[in-house]
Amino acid sequence: MNRFHVVLGALAVALTITLFLLLREGNGASAAAAGPPPAVVDDGFRGHTLGSPNAPVEITEYSDFECPFCARFATIQMPTIKEQLIATGKVRWRYRDFPIPGHQYGRYAAHAAHCAGEQGKFWEMHDQLFYNHSWAQTGKDPARLFRDFAKAAGVDLERYDACMQSGRYASRIEFSRQEGLNVMVDGTPTFYVNGRKFTRPQANSDVFKAIADSIIARRK
Amino acid sequence: MRHRQAIALLALVGFFVALYLWLHALGVGGPLKCGTGDCDTVQASRWAMFLGVPVALYGVVGYAAILAVALAGLRPAAIPRRGPTLILAALATGGLLFTAYLTYLELFVIHAICRWCVASAAIIAIIWIVAAAAAFADLRRPPPP
Repeated sequence: MNRFHVVLGALAVALTITLFLLLREGNGASAAAAGPPPAVVDDGFRGHTLGSPNAPVEITEYSDFECPFCARFATIQMPTIKEQLIATGKVRWRYRDFPIPGHQYGRYAAHAAHCAGEQGKFWEMHDQLFYNHSWAQTGKDPARLFRDFAKAAGVDLERYDACMQSGRYASRIEFSRQEGLNVMVDGTPTFYVNGRKFTRPQANSDVFKAIADSIIARRK
Repeated sequence: MRHRQAIALLALVGFFVALYLWLHALGVGGPLKCGTGDCDTVQASRWAMFLGVPVALYGVVGYAAILAVALAGLRPAAIPRRGPTLILAALATGGLLFTAYLTYLELFVIHAICRWCVASAAIIAIIWIVAAAAAFADLRRPPPP
């Protein structure tokens, strides 16, 4: 073996190691964002909201991005609710996280939404995650897909990557889940209308409209 | 002989650059490490595929072919022959033209630059210069007996 072959072999080894590191470094859901936090702190945050702060009715939704019922609600009922109740100033909608323990990427999805939220794009990311819900059925690591969602939502990817890597919202998500347990959330989605648990099994836009209208009528 | 060694080393580097981009196109690993470039825009564009195949795969195959020819040309029996030099020049010319087309797309159609694509473009350009110079010198020499 001459000197050239030694150089070529050494270069091949160095490039293989570099390639391995490049692929490993950028791969997959960061553990900080995907798992429960080491400590839970109340940072005063009580969910992303949609609608007028002066709306007479506030509906709080405890939801999990990996839950198929939540996705169905977000894609089928929510557009009508937005149009008839939120846009008209009757209802203010509050989204709280309640990641189900058995859902592998529920926390990670919630974290992605919060990272988009810090750039003012929470609801855009919320829609991306629910409207393209097939990720929840594959069981594959959705890190790259969520990044594509973030891009489609108009999020700055450099800041998104840093946020996801840091896992800075993991504590907030767990705090929301614990609050949900305290108010007896027993599944997702669970709704609270002006603080009262909504126990009807068929939560839909018509029912919410009827409730909101009756609350508003009683106030008049 | 020196020019074939240089081409082999450059082709090996180019092969790994193309392999990284191809593995990314297949979904292996996370986001591309791109620094200040805009690799995502380029890789997500419709020009990232050519004839239904990720562009990076052409790079993988092309650099592998150049590497194989350069190494074959370094065997003692092949060193005095013109054939490997001319094949290397032909392969490098094909690669350079394809790269020029891709660089045009980046600059004037996609309006985004991928740092890894620039690296590959630089590598194939150097390979072409070395291969073309060697082929030109070979053709000016009388053929070996």
